[in-house]
Amino acid sequence: MANDFFEWFGNLGIFFWRVFKAGLTPPYEWRELIRQLDEVGSKSLPLVALAGAAIGIVLSMEARYTLSRFGAKSMFPVTLVYSVIQVMGPIMTGLIVSGRAGAGIGAELASMKVTEQIDAIEASAINPYRLLAATRILACILMMPLLTLAADASGLLTGWFAQTLVEPLSFHQFIESGFHGATFNAFLPPTFKTAVYGLIIGLIACFEGMRTRGGAEGVGRAATNSVVLASLFVILADVVLVKFILVFFP
Amino acid sequence: MAAAYDIAMKQGKPQEESSAPIVAVKELRKSYGSRSVLNGISLSVTRGETLAVLGRSGTGKSVLLRLIIALETPDSGSVCIFGQDIAGLALDRMGDIRKKMGFLFQHAALYDSLTVAENVVFPLEHNRRDLSGSERDDRVKQLLAEVGMEDALRKMPSEISGGMQKRVGLARALALEPEILLLDEPTAGLDPISSGEINDLILTLQRERQMASIVVTHDLHSARTIANSLALLDQGKVVIEGKFEDLQQSDIGFVKEFLQQS
Repeated sequence: MANDFFEWFGNLGIFFWRVFKAGLTPPYEWRELIRQLDEVGSKSLPLVALAGAAIGIVLSMEARYTLSRFGAKSMFPVTLVYSVIQVMGPIMTGLIVSGRAGAGIGAELASMKVTEQIDAIEASAINPYRLLAATRILACILMMPLLTLAADASGLLTGWFAQTLVEPLSFHQFIESGFHGATFNAFLPPTFKTAVYGLIIGLIACFEGMRTRGGAEGVGRAATNSVVLASLFVILADVVLVKFILVFFP
Repeated sequence: MAAAYDIAMKQGKPQEESSAPIVAVKELRKSYGSRSVLNGISLSVTRGETLAVLGRSGTGKSVLLRLIIALETPDSGSVCIFGQDIAGLALDRMGDIRKKMGFLFQHAALYDSLTVAENVVFPLEHNRRDLSGSERDDRVKQLLAEVGMEDALRKMPSEISGGMQKRVGLARALALEPEILLLDEPTAGLDPISSGEINDLILTLQRERQMASIVVTHDLHSARTIANSLALLDQGKVVIEGKFEDLQQSDIGFVKEFLQQS
């Protein structure tokens, strides 16, 4: 068990190094990168925005109730803004993309592996680490902060809307109060930390996909492992990154 | 080996006459866990020569091809391509050698999300960036015409038969104009007419292109038709290597049994 654990990490490290080396050396696979940016970014956008909207409504209801109990209703905008942007937006986007893009990448590459399509790519003198893995991982890294911004915007909009239905509050006033006294340090690090989530999701999904064995069962296993492990490591990374941000971007 | 190959090339000998092997496999061994698949195989192929590797299922014929194109690494022994030992070569360096090799997979391994034309243009797009789009398209049409698949340009792999997939796989393997062609069971699972067509196609291509070819098959008729020499494997070793007549005249029990059953 312990051996498997260390072997998995060792192989992941070797895989990462191969992808890193391949990704940095030409020829660069721009077309595939653009295709993956669309696949990971544009196609995840509706899901992320919808989930962000739901989270905004829930947070709005919970915050209003809790703050009312303590006579701190005036803190509602700032509570909602900080909750969405610093906490819920990034981690929720990480988990949604782990589920959607992680499973997609894991299953796609696993299917290609078991049908020898990845071998065919390699036999055609094309580096599969560059073509398949580097492009997907980079797409995840680049799209995660953008998707997080979309989730944040969606959450804030629906959170404000839910509040307005109960107690009218102009959007201008909501934004003004919510971001009052805020610095870039309060919002940029939590948003850009999601690039690390992107690295984790892309790396684990590509690794699990490209090392698959065993037909349809193997493909299923790769998809499941991609989602479960990427989600788990995103949450674990969040713990470390939150501490890191609190120390270096107080 | 590299020196012998270089000398032959420098002397300007016609390549067919050169005895320097283009592919040379020495004492190759490969195991999976406790199961030993190849037990010290040595083979070589020169330009214009076609070697058929025969044997029962599971004797490591396909593994041999995968080792030659470095999709797997041997436990011991060496594989030399154009005189260069490929052991431990970086992926991009190996890529330079693979540009001179074509590989037809047993199940064709076409990219299932791409059309027939896109499958064939794929190696060109990534390795021949100097070609314009129209030059690549012309090349694809020419390759598909060579394998008799010019009418299936826009079809998806799932829309064509197994024999057609093999033809497309062959066109893709030929896209970079390889000097070495590796064919893994080119006629397996095909009806006799399709098998015959594939055999004719391989013969024609070899005549026109003078490639060094290794064909893995358990189809003795196909091997006899397309190969100059044959190697029969059993339990991971070469039992006999030579022309078909050599196999016929052999006294080795396994060879006799194999010929009788085929």
